[in-house]
Amino acid sequence: MIWNRKHLLDLQSLSAEEIIHVLDTAREFKAVGQRSIKKVPALRGKTVVNLFVEPSTRTRISFELAALRLSADVINFSAEASSLKKGETLKDTARNLEALNADIIILRHGASGAPHFLSRFLGAHVLNAGDGAHEHPTQGLLDVFTIREKKGKVEGLNVTILGDILYSRVARSNIWALTKLGAKVTLCGPPTLVPKSFESFAPNVRVTWNVDEALRDADVINLLRIQHERQKASMFPSTGEYAALFGLNTARLAKVKPDALIMHPGPINRGVEIASSIADGPQSVILEQVTNGLAVRMAALYLVHGGASLQVAA
Amino acid sequence: MSALVLDSSALQRTLARMAHEIAEANPDAGSVVLVGIQRGGVAVARRLASELGQVFGRPVPCGTLDVTFYRDDLNRRTAPTVHPTKIPGDIEGKTVVLVDDVFFTGRTVRAAMDALHEFGRPERVQLAVVIDRGHRQLPIRPDVVGKEVSTTLRQSVLVRCSEGEDSDGVFLSDSPASPSASLAS
Repeated sequence: MIWNRKHLLDLQSLSAEEIIHVLDTAREFKAVGQRSIKKVPALRGKTVVNLFVEPSTRTRISFELAALRLSADVINFSAEASSLKKGETLKDTARNLEALNADIIILRHGASGAPHFLSRFLGAHVLNAGDGAHEHPTQGLLDVFTIREKKGKVEGLNVTILGDILYSRVARSNIWALTKLGAKVTLCGPPTLVPKSFESFAPNVRVTWNVDEALRDADVINLLRIQHERQKASMFPSTGEYAALFGLNTARLAKVKPDALIMHPGPINRGVEIASSIADGPQSVILEQVTNGLAVRMAALYLVHGGASLQVAA
Repeated sequence: MSALVLDSSALQRTLARMAHEIAEANPDAGSVVLVGIQRGGVAVARRLASELGQVFGRPVPCGTLDVTFYRDDLNRRTAPTVHPTKIPGDIEGKTVVLVDDVFFTGRTVRAAMDALHEFGRPERVQLAVVIDRGHRQLPIRPDVVGKEVSTTLRQSVLVRCSEGEDSDGVFLSDSPASPSASLAS
């Protein structure tokens, strides 16, 4: 398998083979992270720009460290302290960064499709670090990486995604990656946040509003935070009621498979979507997801940098 | 067109002789570590380690090294597939014998030396290859050679080295190696 994509914009357009190739590459980068010298010269002399128009801490830090561990130079650009506040368009900002010879631009943006837009006119490689409610490809990849590592496979597993699906780019990227690799996906949460129409997304996706039923056969439970910042109206009465009806508490955990993985992309809201003791419990792989995210982002940067317009060397 | 350079039993004798040469150069058996360069060197290193283990009368540690990130042409090609690196134990103060199937330009070995030093400072680094096909581009020379074969740049050399099976052997072909299958050794 030879990766020849110039950008990583979404998981919807990737083949199962390409997804597996990223995961296999990430496995070797995870091993690099366990060495005493955690840095390799794969992107030496390259410039990576973190263009974060929407605020983020964990994804930005993860991408920054990934680029540093590949020996690239990294510039962080955040909307609060930038010319975007002064009325500059995204296109002009990106062109200015390219004029500084940026090789890779990592974009986080509130508008769906913003990375695709940049990729149409930039010579630099573009990585999507989350665009609106559309996709968050590296999060989807790190989630399937974690599942594959813990369960040994993805195919045939029952994966339940519980929470705010409607506003979640993480849910969408997960749905694409999981179904392409042969998992069965159950979406659950309040009806206002989990529309039935998601069943037409991909084969092997089903929607249920019954939590106990959604959790019963799950091999993996991926909990999503309520995206208050994206909701334009009040989608449910109170966080207290959400916690009571849809939160993963010890009573609900007692009824799930004893070896079910508990995942969460973070930041977690303890006592809302997940009980504190479960977040810190033996089934939780939340912190391993963070470790794996670094490896997956190193793999994405490495592969994308080699992609497109370059010849396959003899 | 593909010509036989060494058949299965000739390859076995060659590996046995190489193991004796490594043993002769390194009387301190406890300090020798074999490291096979991904991908062609891995199976060769495994075979050499078992031969050398018999000569030394004790098991010889054997690892693998992927040199992808240290290649000098990384900027000019699609990202090569990364294979596992497993360095057995601490190489500080040890004699590391890098093992590859074919010695060609020397660029892989240069990359391997860079990659290896991220894991520590060996006392000595040596190089053992089954075939030296000529056309060096760097001032690097193997310490132990199975066989020297004169080749043209258009030819390719294939070392098949599983576990002493009949299909094993060394073959010389008149077409260049396919880009994805082999990283010019």
